[in-house]
Amino acid sequence: MSHDLTLTINGTRQQIALDDPRVTLLDLLRERLHLTGTKKGCDRGQCGACTVLIDGRRQNACLALALSHDGAEITTIEGLAEGDTLHPVQAAFVAEDGMQCGYCTPGQVMSAVGLIAEGRAGTDPERIREGMSGNLCRCAAYSGITRAVLAAAEEMTTTKGERKTA
Amino acid sequence: MKSFDYLRPETLADAIAAGGAPGAAYLAGGTNLVDLMKTGAAVPDRIVDITRLPGLDRWEWLDDGGLRIGALVRNSDLAHDVDVAQTFPAMAEALLSGASGQLRNAATVGGNLMQATRCPFFADPTSSCNRREAGSGCAAQGLSARAFAVLGASEACIATHPSDFCVALAALGAMVEVAGPDGTRAVALTDFHRLPGAAPQTTTVLKPGELVTAITLPAAAAGFRRHARYLKLRDRTSFAFALVSAAAMLRIEDGIIAEARLAFGGVAAKPWRALDAEAALKGARPDADAFATAAARALEGAAATAGNGFKIPLAARIGARALTLAAAGTPAEMPVLPGSVHLGEPAHA
Repeated sequence: MSHDLTLTINGTRQQIALDDPRVTLLDLLRERLHLTGTKKGCDRGQCGACTVLIDGRRQNACLALALSHDGAEITTIEGLAEGDTLHPVQAAFVAEDGMQCGYCTPGQVMSAVGLIAEGRAGTDPERIREGMSGNLCRCAAYSGITRAVLAAAEEMTTTKGERKTA
Repeated sequence: MKSFDYLRPETLADAIAAGGAPGAAYLAGGTNLVDLMKTGAAVPDRIVDITRLPGLDRWEWLDDGGLRIGALVRNSDLAHDVDVAQTFPAMAEALLSGASGQLRNAATVGGNLMQATRCPFFADPTSSCNRREAGSGCAAQGLSARAFAVLGASEACIATHPSDFCVALAALGAMVEVAGPDGTRAVALTDFHRLPGAAPQTTTVLKPGELVTAITLPAAAAGFRRHARYLKLRDRTSFAFALVSAAAMLRIEDGIIAEARLAFGGVAAKPWRALDAEAALKGARPDADAFATAAARALEGAAATAGNGFKIPLAARIGARALTLAAAGTPAEMPVLPGSVHLGEPAHA
């Protein structure tokens, strides 16, 4: 039995026919829509590598059945930059060296975008670390990640209204 | 993952009709159920997706000052609402001490009540587990491990309930609204989860087809707003389940405890409300001796299995410390590390 759903992914509305209700949003993005920027780490909601925005809120795509999100707006790492201009969070991760191997980075960036949008990033590194605790980094690039989120939060707060924040 | 039929009803009546079938499971945020379906611990034949049921995704203040929270409200939305957090601060702190930002955005309050134990043998279908499969045995028995229950356990099951939110709800005297084939009913949160006894596979009082539609906090629960804390000890400071936790609330009048509430997490198959400890505190002065005596009383019936005996004195100390913190007053702002025992000092070196 085929299940039809509609998703708006990075601003583009798509009609999708699923032959299997078991498909998670993560597997839909990676395996069927070939948006492989979103990463599969643990596939159990523990590592955060699959973090995307669902209707503007950061969530783990691995624990989301795609069918349950019929009608949603999804933002993935592919949808952040505008042409060659990186999103402020992406730029901050580059500037602050917020990565080593890079596998967790898309999830880290999407989680940071979500955290800043929630308005609770603040300027306290401890608050950033707590807010980002759903994203693991096996290379332990945490100090750079914390600096990057702090810098991006500050920039996006001071330029609020001038820049699209995804 | 085993295959299943997927239904997405748009009315409560249709959901209940679909959910009453053998092998059916209700799906909301999915943060626990989808995970268990991946491990093979949950093998529903039919998923009834309740995320589109109308009216369950909001809360309302009742005329008497109570709060009715729809079952599909997201944990993060409830915890971050200023009025909710100021009126029921220990509940907000408990919610924010649990899981991660991503999971709190997906997880619903109704699903929080329905979540399964995080006992590793429950999640692993190749292990024996009376909770997952009646009569298959308990792989946890005799094993030296710290996570297991010290209150209300049985030979059949020593698993704990993982929720933080439910611990605060137990202390607040929350009621659970349930809808099912025979209509609606209300169950006290402290009666909602079952202790394992000889039948650990039955984890709640829900009957086939019933689902949680709302949680109600009575107006009296707002009386603890000035002295309420949730304290959670865990193996790492964030994104970890409680080894032991406590929700403590006081109503202090003229320097005397007019009413106390105390509940524990991480110690039993249900949130453990300590009525004896509460009774012992009524009329007492809010001091360290009273708190230590009361918290110790809450653990009087505790029994250890291999490797978790330390949790009994630990729970007593966490209970006393939560009461001490509650007596000092609800913080003006949510702590940066909600529920953490690290107070005013960096948790990270």
